[in-house]
Amino acid sequence: MRKFEKFSGIAAPMPLVNIDTDMIIPKQFLKTIKRSGLGVNAFAEMRYKADGSEVEDFVLNKPAYREASILIAGDNFGCGSSREHAPWALSDFGIKVVVSTSFADIFFNNCFKNGMLPIVLPAEQVEILMDDAEKGSNARMEIDLEAQTVTSSDGSIFSFEVDPFKKHCLLNGLDDIGLTMEKSSSIEAYEKKLEFERPWL
Amino acid sequence: MTAPKTLYDKIWDAHVAHASDDGTCLLYIDRHLVHEVTSPQAFEGLRMAGRSVRSPDKTIAVPDHNVPTTVDRESGIDNEESRIQVEALDKNAKEFGVHYYPVSDIRQGIVHIVGPEQGWTLPGMTVVCGDSHTATHGAFGALAHGIGTSEVEHVLATQTLIQKKSKNMKVEINGKLRPGVTAKDITLSVIGATGTAGGTGYVIEYCGEAIRDLSMEGRMTVCNMAIEGGARAGLIAPDKTTFEYCKGRPHAPKGAAWEQAVEYWMSLFTDEGAHFDKIIEINGADIAPVVTWGTSPEDVLPITDIVPEPESFEGGKIEAVKRSLDYMGLKAGQKLTDIKIDAVFIGSCTNGRIEDLRAAAKILEGKKVKDGMRAMVVPGSGLVRAQAEKEGLADIFKRAGFEWRLAGCSMCLAMNPDQLSEGERCASTSNRNFEGRQGYKGRTHLVSPAMAAAAAVTGHLTDVREMIS
Repeated sequence: MRKFEKFSGIAAPMPLVNIDTDMIIPKQFLKTIKRSGLGVNAFAEMRYKADGSEVEDFVLNKPAYREASILIAGDNFGCGSSREHAPWALSDFGIKVVVSTSFADIFFNNCFKNGMLPIVLPAEQVEILMDDAEKGSNARMEIDLEAQTVTSSDGSIFSFEVDPFKKHCLLNGLDDIGLTMEKSSSIEAYEKKLEFERPWL
Repeated sequence: MTAPKTLYDKIWDAHVAHASDDGTCLLYIDRHLVHEVTSPQAFEGLRMAGRSVRSPDKTIAVPDHNVPTTVDRESGIDNEESRIQVEALDKNAKEFGVHYYPVSDIRQGIVHIVGPEQGWTLPGMTVVCGDSHTATHGAFGALAHGIGTSEVEHVLATQTLIQKKSKNMKVEINGKLRPGVTAKDITLSVIGATGTAGGTGYVIEYCGEAIRDLSMEGRMTVCNMAIEGGARAGLIAPDKTTFEYCKGRPHAPKGAAWEQAVEYWMSLFTDEGAHFDKIIEINGADIAPVVTWGTSPEDVLPITDIVPEPESFEGGKIEAVKRSLDYMGLKAGQKLTDIKIDAVFIGSCTNGRIEDLRAAAKILEGKKVKDGMRAMVVPGSGLVRAQAEKEGLADIFKRAGFEWRLAGCSMCLAMNPDQLSEGERCASTSNRNFEGRQGYKGRTHLVSPAMAAAAAVTGHLTDVREMIS
């Protein structure tokens, strides 16, 4: 996994609440057996008309936001299906950070596994950033995971919380499986205990 | 004396294989269910890293999302991408040596129906699957939740998951349900009360008399939709109903092992005085048969109600409701029972079990599907289908004008050819009414199996209580 580094980028406003993973990546694109190439299908049913042409007023189709790397989103972003195709599609589009008041649990976890950072902020701060994002491509935000801050285009700084272990993994681009395998003696000890305590398993 | 524990606390504590100082744990996984859509990249990851499946005997794979449900499916899958995905699962199951139910096996079906049916799911376990509706298995008092593909790979490689503990939430449904009210109405009503984010960060324990009174099928319906309420998992403490369901199933323990297991399972309940971070109480008698009117599972109302005004909501929900009503082709103030239906879908991991088919068939006996509508029943597994045929339910459905299909996820998420067309409106026993969920621009109203059957007969959303004596 690539390391998550401090960056500044264009933030696109998506104020709709309850944006679900069916919206982020509709099911017809789940038939792939690869992780890559889904960016073009991100938000497909909101982004394209039935004939494949672009819906002009969809935010990511607007010239100002085509290079967006941050989404400022409404409450409960990523609810619904567990499909990791959702972060894969966003990441492939170029999105590295999503800011919202809340995220659905599985989507939230899936982001970290793909080098993406979901940031939870209080409603009034998300609202300020939403307004900032509305300004378009000249308004770039800065994301600093090390310092745990979002800096808006006018220099306002918002601090966010992040799980220390997840932060460590993101900053260093660490592979979870490798880390867990270092603890294989604990897993083996647990399995021995299990054989004794719950042999029917 | 130790502090009183919730059911969730007990299962969690029994599965921590390693705990770090910051609370990050390696949670041991007893059963890993796998399907064709969220697993190919995980198996590929193992292959690339030269890793094997740590516990193939605890890993169960079955294709369900993509499979056609027409009787001619033995001849193969037309859609090339779907076929490749199912073939990839065939190949991966064989190569990595996991338990497998191919499409040709009568035991094939929706992964969350097959697991319990075969006795893979048992009380006190941890169960995961790359599918959000894994919450279903919580009905057995098993800690069960959906995971992403990276986590599927992690479980395949290590039989553990990196987790932090969630908070405890109690949902208590007191007293008895009224006639015509089902498990589906309970679970939708809870989501209506809490919202789709109300359970975020929590594991829900459902309890109370109305939950105790439910069969295992009904309990699975309730827990299945815990995820729609945002919860990581739903749980119901195991009891006699649970043990009776499990006993004798192919992979349930036998003989002395069974006795030993039951003794342990009897300890799986929330201790008196255990702490819950959030408590919701609902009177069972206050729950009516419900339907969804919008494009979020929280958009739920009793069938006797009307389509709400967007302005009756607050904040960002106002815009979301305007968008929903536009998408659904509905007007505020319209009576829900006046909404005409084009299609009916009975099936899914929410309502594709034998009891669901019985409830729908009871309404349909001696009646016909309204002219011009299409209606289909997709049993949750080959064994549910066989049982329904044995009981004569299939004949009732067929005589009424329903298509009688083979098992799979089907129109719940429309990855196979079973899809709504643009603007087509469906009364569906599935779990999500999201935009495009059942087909591009398709419109979904979530209902119980009995309510779906009633709508099939009348051609509009209908209060099923008017059709039962």
